Amino acid sequence: MSSSEINKNEVDIVIGALNADLTQFLNSWRPFFSGFHLIIVKDPELKDDLNIPEGFDVDVYSKPDIEKVVGAANAAMFSGYSCRYFGYLVSKKKYIVSIDDDCVPAKDPKGVLVDAVSQHVSNLENPATPLFFNTLYDPYCEGADFVRGYPFSLRSGVPCAASCGLWLNLADLDAPTQALKTEQRNTSYVDAVMTVPLKAMLPISGINIAFNRELVGPALVPALRIAGEGKVRWETLEDVWCGMCLKHISDHLGYGVKTGLPYVWRNERGDAVESLRKKWEGMKLMEKSVPFFEALKLPESAVNVEDCVVELAKAVKEQLGSDDPAFTQAADAMVKWVQLWNSVNSSG
Amino acid sequence: MVEPANTVGIPLNHAALLKDELDIVIPTIRNLDFLEMWRPFLQPYHLIIVQDGDPSKTIAVPEGFDYELYNRNDINRILGPKASCISFKDSACRCFGYMVSKKKYIFTIDDDCFVAKDPSGKAVNALEQHIKNLLCPSSPLFFNTLYDPYREGADFVRGYPFSLREGVSTAVSHGLWLNIPDYDAPTQLVKPKERNTRYVDAVMTIPKGTLFPMCGMNLAFDRELIGPAMYFGLMGDGQPIGRYDDMWAGWCVKVICDHLGLGVKTGLPYIYHSKASNPFVNLKKEYKGIFWQEDIIPFFQSAKLSKEAVTVQQCYIELSKMVKEKLSAIDPYFDKLADAMVTWIEAWDELNPATKA
Repeated sequence: MSSSEINKNEVDIVIGALNADLTQFLNSWRPFFSGFHLIIVKDPELKDDLNIPEGFDVDVYSKPDIEKVVGAANAAMFSGYSCRYFGYLVSKKKYIVSIDDDCVPAKDPKGVLVDAVSQHVSNLENPATPLFFNTLYDPYCEGADFVRGYPFSLRSGVPCAASCGLWLNLADLDAPTQALKTEQRNTSYVDAVMTVPLKAMLPISGINIAFNRELVGPALVPALRIAGEGKVRWETLEDVWCGMCLKHISDHLGYGVKTGLPYVWRNERGDAVESLRKKWEGMKLMEKSVPFFEALKLPESAVNVEDCVVELAKAVKEQLGSDDPAFTQAADAMVKWVQLWNSVNSSG
Repeated sequence: MVEPANTVGIPLNHAALLKDELDIVIPTIRNLDFLEMWRPFLQPYHLIIVQDGDPSKTIAVPEGFDYELYNRNDINRILGPKASCISFKDSACRCFGYMVSKKKYIFTIDDDCFVAKDPSGKAVNALEQHIKNLLCPSSPLFFNTLYDPYREGADFVRGYPFSLREGVSTAVSHGLWLNIPDYDAPTQLVKPKERNTRYVDAVMTIPKGTLFPMCGMNLAFDRELIGPAMYFGLMGDGQPIGRYDDMWAGWCVKVICDHLGLGVKTGLPYIYHSKASNPFVNLKKEYKGIFWQEDIIPFFQSAKLSKEAVTVQQCYIELSKMVKEKLSAIDPYFDKLADAMVTWIEAWDELNPATKA
């Protein structure tokens, strides 16, 4: 799908600025961001002023703006990597594309720069197929189709809620893995988009992601903060938790989540070994989360996204709250998030 | 436009992986000329050829291959009355080869499948990739977004639970096809010129609880782990349905693998599929299947095996009872099929007396 076919008015590109100087980042994305509206949210803890090159249609939000909308008490929800969620909150568009500020466009095997925005929107606009696995991957793309044995009644698919992209160069590995394999870089360009099947859990990375805000916006919850959460991805789990919630809610409501293309090129930042020195809370929390989500059944009465988030938060508090205060905080944040979502999105 | 690889000049690998532990099962009705192209990769291995159709015809096997060949007379002689479970005039008969094999692993390939080229132009040693897939674990309990984490250059991503990183044993390796894709008849009729030119450089585990269409053209499995479930059903001569043999096996296999904690992989390797079968002939064969699968799929999706079913045979017999109970109402064919599933297990156990608990 070329960018001329996308209705650019339906898309917001939301960037969480953890670095003050966005010149290189935005200039490298210029061919693919131009014509789109950008929302840049500055990490409230970042002291320096943002440096944004000319020529973009952009709205910038920083700490005072965040406090004005959500109140000072709630502003902490949007610090660090979670600042981008504020952008999700105030956007008025149908689709959101979000990329970390240390990523630039990747090249495909032919050497052509990948238009990640177009690919994400195309993924979101085409149905997902979570109910049965197609061995030729995305059946809706050019040159492919459903294979023999794929039930016909399932071929119209379901709405796609999210598109999870991947990373060349520095893949989204955790600190222990990257520290062990310091030289490892991802050079494998897997030319496929596929739907993650119903009930299958996966770690959704926030580094390169897009979603249908109209469909599932409130499910993108800025909730789980690990103790000592830092400014490199190795020191966070907020997106992985958000993704577990999003997938579960999507499964419950009959939506699909895709993974695969597009790739972005992720640059070096931070030191995996340094990150290892911090006690790796994330590992423990994930171990507890998995059986919880596996057994979780949202009630039939939860028929919209907000209800699902609230029910999920209740279950988190009840079943995981005693395991770790991080879960209780996450549950409270999820409830607060839905309240904020409703109040921001009903006015005006 | 994609082309098969030219394998002339590729040296034979005498240290081929698992050459004494793997049998290659090939169903054929015409000839085995295609093996010439596969020689560098397949000659070290033992072949089991299942000759379908007229048993009086002689199938020429290229020089230098070590093989055993079974025609319909052999099948009838070896199985006696139980031979009724083996299809006639359909490549489903290949499962007889699985039953008579004495090896741990099976690779099965169709006689119109040639060697593919990877994007760099190199000939793909499909069997070698299948073996790699089978020898390293699967990860069905949590999806890894970078696909097979055990492959060179890949790993588990951030957030992947550490307790699940050991994976489970791999029972099946399902390969794909360049050139003629494995489409059903309606799709072939609508898109007669479509060719698969996309080389997706990934192997992945199909998550637990997810069904898939298993194609028998380019397939390998651990016979010791899942062999008895690889029954390719009643197809062909005298049967109301065809081209659902591998599909049926795949659904049974996946339900049982999920129950027993085994993994199923799909993706690499690719082979080059050269022949498109006649879509009108296919439509006649598949016709009933297209309707029936609408009921069959929910059946498999909701099939629950009991805690007491701990061997593949036990699981399979339980499944056969469920088929009889729940699918016979669709068509008496399923009643026959359920019986054939039991006969298959009886025959399997007779030919493969238990040597381990």
